[in-house]
Amino acid sequence: MLTLTINGLSHDVDVPEDMPLLWVLRDHLNLVGTKYGCGIAQCGVCTVHVGGKPVRSCQLTIGDVGTRAVVTIEGIGSTPNGAKVQQAWMEAAVPQCGYCQAGQIMSATALLDSNPQPDDSDIDAAMAGNICRCGTYIRIRRAIKNAAAKSA
Amino acid sequence: MADTQSSFARSDAYLSALIREVRSVPTASATVTMGRRTFFKLAGAGAAGLVLGFHLGGAAFAADGANVDTVDSKDQAMNAFIRIAPDNTITIYSKCPEIGQGIKTSFGVIIADELDADWNHVVMEQADINPKVYGSQGAGGSTSIPHAWDQLRQAGAGAKVMLIAAAAGQWAVDSSQITARDSILTHAASGRSATYGSLAAAAAKMPVPDPRDLKLKTRTEYRLIGKRYRGVDDPKVVSGQQLFGIDVQLPGMVYATYTKCPAAGGKVKSFNVDEIKAQRGVLDAFAVDGTGMMVEVMPGVAIIARDTWSAFQAKNKLQVDWDLSKASTDSTSQFSVQASKLATSFPQKADDKVGDVDKSFANAAKTVEAYYEYPFAAHVPLEPMNTTAYWHDGVMEMWVPTQQPDRGLPLIGKVAGIAPEKVVMHQTRVGGGFGRRLVNDYACEAAAIAQKVNAPVKLQWTREDDFAHDFYRPAGYHQFKGAIDKNGRLDAWREHFITFTADGKKEASGANLTDNLRYSIKAPNLRRAKTMLPLRIPTGAWRAPGDNAQVFAAQSFMHELSLASGRDHVEFLIDAVNRDVPELAPKDKSVNFSPKRATDVIRMCAEKAGWGKTLPKRSGLGLAWCYSHAGHVAQAIELSVDTNKQIKIGRIVVVLDVGPIIDMAGSEAQAQGASTDALSTAMGLKINIENGRIQEQNYNAYPILRMPFAPMTIDAYFIQSDNPPTGMGEPAFPALAPALGNSIFAATGERVRRLPLRDLGYALAV
Repeated sequence: MLTLTINGLSHDVDVPEDMPLLWVLRDHLNLVGTKYGCGIAQCGVCTVHVGGKPVRSCQLTIGDVGTRAVVTIEGIGSTPNGAKVQQAWMEAAVPQCGYCQAGQIMSATALLDSNPQPDDSDIDAAMAGNICRCGTYIRIRRAIKNAAAKSA
Repeated sequence: MADTQSSFARSDAYLSALIREVRSVPTASATVTMGRRTFFKLAGAGAAGLVLGFHLGGAAFAADGANVDTVDSKDQAMNAFIRIAPDNTITIYSKCPEIGQGIKTSFGVIIADELDADWNHVVMEQADINPKVYGSQGAGGSTSIPHAWDQLRQAGAGAKVMLIAAAAGQWAVDSSQITARDSILTHAASGRSATYGSLAAAAAKMPVPDPRDLKLKTRTEYRLIGKRYRGVDDPKVVSGQQLFGIDVQLPGMVYATYTKCPAAGGKVKSFNVDEIKAQRGVLDAFAVDGTGMMVEVMPGVAIIARDTWSAFQAKNKLQVDWDLSKASTDSTSQFSVQASKLATSFPQKADDKVGDVDKSFANAAKTVEAYYEYPFAAHVPLEPMNTTAYWHDGVMEMWVPTQQPDRGLPLIGKVAGIAPEKVVMHQTRVGGGFGRRLVNDYACEAAAIAQKVNAPVKLQWTREDDFAHDFYRPAGYHQFKGAIDKNGRLDAWREHFITFTADGKKEASGANLTDNLRYSIKAPNLRRAKTMLPLRIPTGAWRAPGDNAQVFAAQSFMHELSLASGRDHVEFLIDAVNRDVPELAPKDKSVNFSPKRATDVIRMCAEKAGWGKTLPKRSGLGLAWCYSHAGHVAQAIELSVDTNKQIKIGRIVVVLDVGPIIDMAGSEAQAQGASTDALSTAMGLKINIENGRIQEQNYNAYPILRMPFAPMTIDAYFIQSDNPPTGMGEPAFPALAPALGNSIFAATGERVRRLPLRDLGYALAV
């Protein structure tokens, strides 16, 4: 039995230690906002925050999470930057199919947490790991800038 | 069942027939546990519930016992699309799948406009699948909007007529003196007004108008259509709520993988069943014979496990001995060699023949020849294929992220050995379609597996499964010869199209030359023929099928011809599309191809892009146009190319005439998204096949465009008209690639005749 801290709540899970955090969230804790896309850290749809850093949860076993706090898309709205990013996403009408957007929002929030006023190259670097198959990049970029403007 | 209690049901054949159909559909709700009902509530009320809610009212409704907890019994269903609550909240049911094209928002806007509803108090819900009630419920070919346009407007207008009739009765005034706005009816002369919510109970008892008698709004009367909207599900999307097929979780659910032969058509001889069953978390493993149809169930091995990860881990240990006697041995490298050899001769039998191309070539001022080639492509939407299926009580209940739920019903019924009426399909949001989910193979597989599992089961494909078992955009090869007459006009077009066949008779799915190109290349002397190579790998519709690559070849070659003519490309295109060649006019009257509309988008695109301006060295401005999915579209790209073939995209301009725009923000998003997708595809996407096996296994080998390479601006302009609207999912895709190639030529003098550009050494600069 392992104990995880997710979105501020403690969860006991009875799963093997080598199970990736992604599948513990989705199949065992019913936190399905974090998505499966590729399983090899290429697409970014599984991005969560662990110890305040963005990570691909398909590659992080729960044995390696340890005592670090996990924040998922279901909890990111409780953080100041997360709420601003979610609001900016809605105001810019970013989503098309929407499947990648949880991961995009987690990456964008982590960017603003570390760099409140990112320029275009900062955005490129922080968001390069998140594929959007629908091609919403123009609106993602705009939404990040709008969220940053509200932070100022 | 007291369906005769209501004058609504008695009075109108149109909707009462629909209502009876809704009620006759078996729903699982009579047999499910409370836990499952809770899911229904989360997923939105079913169609049966809403209609019963209208018919029977509180007491009788409760006695009936169906979907009790999903419907507020005080709500009034006006028809299968609209339910009005006493607090004036209006629930509108979207009948087609939301795949990212924004249909759930647009359908709501269309209905709400005719209803004169207050959009701020409209709640959009997904309708369940019942084609007998709703008609077509697919999402493909950009047809959801044009097919539903009249039906949705009639639903809104009809409900409004009933509300007005109720108010007229209560106020004893003439209905013509009552006006509707923002979900409130007003009788100005007496100063009376009432909300839709307060009138709904009375309105539901009013006669249902004949849809043919309804007076629909003209374009100048729209209040909601054409404005900018946020996606109705965006609050749920950005907060990670349960929406997609992959998100379905049911009590007692188990998880499945399915492994098919990596070479299409192979069968299971045996597999290491004992070893697989002994894997951690595995509950069962068995072979499935399937139906042998690619669009249904091909042979494979199912592994059932307690969670997805355990199923995936066991799949990694799976060793199958395949019978390869009927399996594909296709090779894309061989196809390319065969096609280039075939291209040197022209077949005797022509598919299209106008005038005399040989005579034109003999008399031409100039002739041009060129060979174009593009590769197979995979769809790979980000949500991998999945379906949750529960076989119980003789009913196959399913949650399917599909583009074509209605067409899935009979196939699933066939696989399960039950009548299509015994298949109950719930619509989920779809994490990307692009044509992949027009095929319901994964849903059929889930049905076959569910019949061997005594629990709800979620079939989850891996990303590797998705790459290996797609219905691919077919490659294609075009040998062109064109002639320019002494006046610099297009005089002849000869095309040898080398494509693929699965059955040896006709083109494979998605491998036919599109009619769109037949209408839009108007050469007075024209000859087209095809040669078909046999193919085992399944192909299918890929965003803007056919057009998505054929327009690249045709409109790049048109640019070559314009250069040979010595005339301006834009003037050459406009002259050519306006040629009077009666043999090439659409035979089908429903086809809306218009040289005038084509001319207008080309002219406006040139103007917006600054056509004719002086550009720096190694910079270029290129343009192309297409008629696709009933839309007329022109695209222009300004870019620069350095000596290392690094392309810096400046600006992209898209001009579309798709009739009236429903949701301006959504339409701009589709124009930008389709252009970005087209850029991504032209630059980098290619599927290689060797010995029948797909070589690319995941996104690391299939470079979908990423943020650093995305254009900074894509400016979309719309020429709006009273022509019927068409969808926005596809029209903005096909002309982007030829515009890109034409602008690279303008910048460098190098012609792009083969995709993807990555294979020619080009890359997008950061």
